[in-house]
Amino acid sequence: MEASQDGSRDGAVVTAHDIQRRYGEGDAAVDALRGVSLDVERGKLTAVMGPSGSGKSTLMHILAALDRPTGGYVTIAGTRLGQLSDKDITKIRREHIGFIFQFFNLLPMLTAEENITLPLALAGTKPDRGFFQDLVKRVGLSDRLTHRPSELSGGQQQRVAIARALVSRPTVVFADEPTGNLDSKTGGEILDLLHESVENYGQTMVMVTHETRAAASADRILFLADGEIVKDLGSCGEEEILNTIREVTLT
Amino acid sequence: MIRVALRGLAGRKFRAALTALAVVLGVAMVSGTFVLTDTIDKAFDAIFSESYANTDAAISGKAPDISFEGTTAASPSVPEGVLDRVRGLDSVEAATGSVLDEMATKILKPDGKAINTQGAPSFGFGIDPAQAQFNPLKLVEGAWPRQSDQVVIDATTADEQGYGVGDTVKIATLKPVREFRVSGVAQYGSVSSLGTATFAVFTIPTAQELLERKGQFDAISVAAKDGVSPEQLVEDIKPVLPPTAQVRTGTEEANEQSKEVSEFTSFIRYFLLAFGAVALFVGAFVIFNTMSITVAQRTRELATLRTIGASRKQIRRAVLLEAFVIGLVASIIGFLLGVGLAYGLDWLFGVLDLDLPTADMVIAPRTVLFAFVIGIVVTVLAAFVPSIRATRVSPILAVREGAELPRGRFARYTPYVALVILALALALLGRGAFTENLAIGSRLLSVAFGVLLLFVGVAMISSKLVRPLAAVVGVPGERLAGVSGFLARRNTLRNPGRTAATAAALMIGLALVTFVAVLSNGMKASNRGAIEEQIAADYVVTSQDGFTPFVSGAGDAAEKAPGVEVATSVRAEVGKVAGTDKYVTGIDPDRISQVYNFDWADGSDAALGELGRFGAIVDKDFAEDHHLKIGDRFDLLSGAGRDATLEVTATYDPPPFYQLLGSVSIAKATFDELYDRPRNQFTFINVPGEPSDAAEQPLETALATFPDAKVQTREAWITEQDEDFNQFLTMLYVLLALSVIISIFGMINTLALAVFERTRELGMLRAVGMTRWQARTMIGTESVITALIGAAIGLPLGMFLAALVTRALEQYEVRYAVPLASLIVFAIVAVVVGVVAAILPARRAARLNVLQALQYE
Repeated sequence: MEASQDGSRDGAVVTAHDIQRRYGEGDAAVDALRGVSLDVERGKLTAVMGPSGSGKSTLMHILAALDRPTGGYVTIAGTRLGQLSDKDITKIRREHIGFIFQFFNLLPMLTAEENITLPLALAGTKPDRGFFQDLVKRVGLSDRLTHRPSELSGGQQQRVAIARALVSRPTVVFADEPTGNLDSKTGGEILDLLHESVENYGQTMVMVTHETRAAASADRILFLADGEIVKDLGSCGEEEILNTIREVTLT
Repeated sequence: MIRVALRGLAGRKFRAALTALAVVLGVAMVSGTFVLTDTIDKAFDAIFSESYANTDAAISGKAPDISFEGTTAASPSVPEGVLDRVRGLDSVEAATGSVLDEMATKILKPDGKAINTQGAPSFGFGIDPAQAQFNPLKLVEGAWPRQSDQVVIDATTADEQGYGVGDTVKIATLKPVREFRVSGVAQYGSVSSLGTATFAVFTIPTAQELLERKGQFDAISVAAKDGVSPEQLVEDIKPVLPPTAQVRTGTEEANEQSKEVSEFTSFIRYFLLAFGAVALFVGAFVIFNTMSITVAQRTRELATLRTIGASRKQIRRAVLLEAFVIGLVASIIGFLLGVGLAYGLDWLFGVLDLDLPTADMVIAPRTVLFAFVIGIVVTVLAAFVPSIRATRVSPILAVREGAELPRGRFARYTPYVALVILALALALLGRGAFTENLAIGSRLLSVAFGVLLLFVGVAMISSKLVRPLAAVVGVPGERLAGVSGFLARRNTLRNPGRTAATAAALMIGLALVTFVAVLSNGMKASNRGAIEEQIAADYVVTSQDGFTPFVSGAGDAAEKAPGVEVATSVRAEVGKVAGTDKYVTGIDPDRISQVYNFDWADGSDAALGELGRFGAIVDKDFAEDHHLKIGDRFDLLSGAGRDATLEVTATYDPPPFYQLLGSVSIAKATFDELYDRPRNQFTFINVPGEPSDAAEQPLETALATFPDAKVQTREAWITEQDEDFNQFLTMLYVLLALSVIISIFGMINTLALAVFERTRELGMLRAVGMTRWQARTMIGTESVITALIGAAIGLPLGMFLAALVTRALEQYEVRYAVPLASLIVFAIVAVVVGVVAAILPARRAARLNVLQALQYE
């Protein structure tokens, strides 16, 4: 993984420079992001929090090259996204980005293993067997590889999705409310797993969440309100997070 | 509820339109057929009623009522003297005689070749222009012929060949080619075109000479004095007629002739309607499938309706109403398209040189009614099962993520029902194909319903075949398209029932195409075999079209050509032999065996020497049917009304697929005594050594003045017949292409719905690194795999049906020969169909906005 890093600033793998995102035009225009700058640090789990409408999802979409900013720019692993073509963006996704979705988004007709290795297949490469074995063991799917999603529980499905995001050892993994569709016990297990993968593989991860418990597992927590970063905290407990939320919602 | 259904439909206009298209084409085919055949009927009716408009009574030769395989014995002529006797009657105001020959008059094109009428009549008339009231022809320009070198030709020929008044035109008749000056151009009453038929009008004496009717007429038209009814006139005329002539009122005569023609048009009508039915059947599959998918996709919407109080009945009605509206719209468009198609079909026949007579387009109320009833009924029927499925949606599904349509209570019985249907289909097919002495109507009905049920049964069971077939036909896709191909194959397996139903629509078209291809290939092989078995000649002289007889003078000329080793002509006509209508051929007993191989059943070549004046060679079947042995006697009545008692000299066993000689062959000399104006079916020629240009040249020269006759080597003759088979096959392909096109709409529909259904999934795939091209390839490959599943079922099914029919035609020794190249082409067609069907859905899939797709519910 280290080798895939090019000459980007040490420590930051994803950077945002004064990102603005405006929807609509004229009077009806809505500013979802009003100039956000940040560096996502390598090997850290960064959580993005904020009330609904704060722009946290928009921020993640832009960081993950799913959406384009109306102002400012994003670099991933030193590449400025800017006006890259669809083809180049796809290439960036393959090499540098992994996704974990709220609704798992697994292909129902593929087995767990096929789902996990899908990004590699799309890129036309083969999994490194050793890494793959290790990965499925860590996510606890060794005996579930031949099952279809419909034969797996929600937690197991999300584990498949996590493995899928990690399998190509991307520069950064974006997780969009990864526990949003799970019960609290399973959600807890999934958070542990995410945290472990950051520690074990040095995986950089950005997680959008509105759950304080999820945010508490992060190394860094960004609070968004009205399209701006209003607080940037290091690792902290649930209580502090709750207080901060109260604080930023009131202002 | 009604509003909900209609709003829903309005919200999915494109899909509804695509669904409607599936019926539109079938309705268009049906209404187009009616419009076309009604128009042809009207053209003929006009011909006949105008022909006899001023004729109160028509005198003609009494036809012997002999007809075999579509050829009817010509009526004998009426002696000229009858006209004077009729004119002398008190009740007669006016009368005129005319000459009419249907076959012999061949107008030459400027290049010297005879116009090929493709079996349609090439009329030669002799008309008295002074008696214009009886003349069915109408001058377009110029004047009627007054001198023996003048001629009036039909407007279509004048147009197409560029002949105008004052031009010289060459015409062959029973006499060799002669030059005439065009004095005028005419048409048949108000009918603008007679199709491929042509006519030439001469003065009466000229016609009598050219068409060998010295002192004779073919028809005498009579007008009654005021106050005399046609019936009275007929009674007055009867006593002055010779026994060989008959008289009918003008109306009777017109009806009689109309009747013959309407048999021909109703054949065309049913032939084309059959293809319309196939198109509607395929359309029904498409509608069934599309409605099933939309109902499944609207599960949550339907469930929501149920939670707010919609009853099952209301849900079912809403779905059926949607189908009704689609059917109605499809009928309107289909009907309008059908009128256009009538022109298209006319054009298609024209391209194949089978022009049909036309007048102004006829749109009967029946056509309109039929178009609407059939369009709506087919659509609503096809939507029936989906509408029942819609009622199974329970309200709870409104609040569940990824709600799916529950399986029906009876779904697990589907394979058994399919097997029962298949068994029934095979029973019906067996009955239709193998039961002896079954009326042709119920035989065809059995086969038609059998095939219909076979398709339904196979379609139902084919969901079980999707998995193994996809595994096979998906391999090349996976090889070529990699992970996209792999995903595509898996996609076809997600809902095997849906894939199967989509493939089934294409399967039907491909099965029928394969069926006709295999059958016609077998027939070509049988035809070649039959000819090679019988004919030992180097050259064969036939008429230009190859199947109508030609003037005997041409055969005589060819026989006398320099360099000919052996030449012999075969005369042919229908006759009543031992009470049944058959072909009778006249042969040269001393030469025939050198060019024709008799496969003797009882007798030998020596029997030919003993043929004498009244000996007859009969085929084995005829001998068995009539319990005839060598030495037995039977009667022959010729078309000219003369009879003879014949004695069986020998029996032989010709190949039944194409028996070149008639059931009864007699000496040519006897034949010429029994028939007026005898004509040749073939003239067979042997040259010393192998056929060569040098040997052929003198034959061509000898036939130069007989433009209707042509000489070719045996091989060329066979190849020419292969071409005829191919031409017919091409027409069938064009007509069946319609159902293949309909199945493309079905595939587009299914794919578009699948892309819509998998929006979020496509977004995820793009997010984890799928390129647009990969997305496109995935949808394309899925489509191709579906199409190939259709081919993988359809091709063997078509081969099976062809095998069945081949077996049923065993008595004609039809061979079973699979045209491998054609089948490969059909498989390629399936691939192309798959690719074409995928274009739009694949583009949609590739262009999805990833972010929106991911947030899509």
